[in-house]
Amino acid sequence: MFRGLWKLTWLEIKIFLREPMGAFGTILFPVLVFVVAGRLLGGRVPRNSIAATGFIRVGLPVLASVLIALSGVLSLVTIISIYREGGILKRLRATPLRPQTILTAHVLVKLALTVTSLALLVLAGKRFYPINVNVPVFSFSMALLISTWSILSIGFLIASIVPTARFAQPIGAAILYPMLALCGLFVPVQSLPPVLQAVARVLPLTYAVSLLQGIWKGEAWSAHIGDVAALVAVFAICTALSAKVFRWE
Amino acid sequence: MGVPGNTRRAIQVSGIRKTYGSTVAVSDVSFEVSEGEIFGLIGPNGAGKTTTMECVEGVRRPDHGAIRILGLDPFRDVYQVQNRIGVQLQQAQLQKRIKVWEAVDLWASLYPKAVNGDRLLEQLGLSDKRNATFMTLSGGQKQRLFIALALINDPEVVFLDELTTGLDPQARRAIWELVRDIRDRGKTVFMTTHLMEEAERLCDRVAIIEHGKIIDMGSPEELVRRHCPARTVILATDNHLAEERLRTIPSLETVTRQDLRFTIQGRGDDFVTEVIHCLSENRIRVTDFRTVLPNLEDVFLKITGYSIRD
Repeated sequence: MFRGLWKLTWLEIKIFLREPMGAFGTILFPVLVFVVAGRLLGGRVPRNSIAATGFIRVGLPVLASVLIALSGVLSLVTIISIYREGGILKRLRATPLRPQTILTAHVLVKLALTVTSLALLVLAGKRFYPINVNVPVFSFSMALLISTWSILSIGFLIASIVPTARFAQPIGAAILYPMLALCGLFVPVQSLPPVLQAVARVLPLTYAVSLLQGIWKGEAWSAHIGDVAALVAVFAICTALSAKVFRWE
Repeated sequence: MGVPGNTRRAIQVSGIRKTYGSTVAVSDVSFEVSEGEIFGLIGPNGAGKTTTMECVEGVRRPDHGAIRILGLDPFRDVYQVQNRIGVQLQQAQLQKRIKVWEAVDLWASLYPKAVNGDRLLEQLGLSDKRNATFMTLSGGQKQRLFIALALINDPEVVFLDELTTGLDPQARRAIWELVRDIRDRGKTVFMTTHLMEEAERLCDRVAIIEHGKIIDMGSPEELVRRHCPARTVILATDNHLAEERLRTIPSLETVTRQDLRFTIQGRGDDFVTEVIHCLSENRIRVTDFRTVLPNLEDVFLKITGYSIRD
């Protein structure tokens, strides 16, 4: 059923790295921003203020992870719509490749890139934020994988329905980025007005942030079963919907 | 070549209809393609050629009608069918930065059996483009790559949709040669084109489609004979008795004269012989003599009332 998946995934990674801005824009640029911002902030913010350390210790890494995941999703949306518009999906359709194989290959590419960028960020972070935090790296990676997979499924859905490649990026951004404001990264969900709280509760990103923050802080998975369940539900719903509405051309 | 009764059918299409909203793309189209022939669906853009072909390929489902390909149902038996057909689609693209060998390698990995990709590239004259990315290929090279991808699984039926559109005459001729090779290897070719010359040179049989309906079907020669029986001879002579003599030709229809140049028209296969006979019998000296035979282009003009080039 997934015949050709590994070959296609590897091929798409190679093709991506051949893009003039591919590797730099997606992998190195975030690290560069992170390092520069770290240099500037690191010197100014008093190390021992609670707000500063709280944000640097938990907020910043989670924000970085979420931003990388979102940019991965946006580029997935863009690629799928470019492939559709250019007739590439149409060409692939006339082969035994299944649509889910094509999408899975792209998701794997995005996951690989997300993991690579984050690994670089962690290395850069160690160098520039010598704060002695004991981060459960494996658990956090798992949490990030689940979160990214779930957000990517929203990307599928957007990619399945956007009319043209030109609209893909703005529509994707318009759907995804507002979630950032309410997801609990900047303001805790509990302190939002009730209406916004209700909105935050239906946004998948809220659960992703809650899970990522919790695991980063060293909380147990058992405390976040609800988050994981919500993310899995989002994945299941979006995948099922996009399989229904997916258009080849 | 007609369809002899005992020839096996590669494709059978009966009464298919496909509408998009209120637009009828294809209405009540039926035809059969025998194994080992090149069958062409010809007609102007928007006539329903691509829709018909995509229904047979199993890419598009018709609203009505039945399709059998290699004895299988293209929708119910989609996976079996896909392994036994090769498809080149109109206006398809590949990833801009995919390399030629990578595309061939990927396609080869998708089928249970595949031919040797390198040898295929060699046969199609793409060996030196093996490491070139798709976006750097010329139009003709891209089409040859698409032919390679369509042949990678050693298919029994090959679909070619507007294969040479946008190519220069030289590239077009090279592609025609490749298509003949495909048939000579025993495969069935189902193609569409809006180029009458292409259909005439390649196809064993053609179906003319217009406004979603098949108007007529047969070998190019049959269609010409059926719809354009007129033969034209153009000759130049200074013999002042020529016109009078030429008018005695039995199957003659019209003679028009412009200075020393005569355009004479008649009906039937014997007409040209009769003209030659008349000239030699009357010892009429001619300084120019040529015959103008009707072709598919004329057939098309005759039965649709307009030229396909318009």
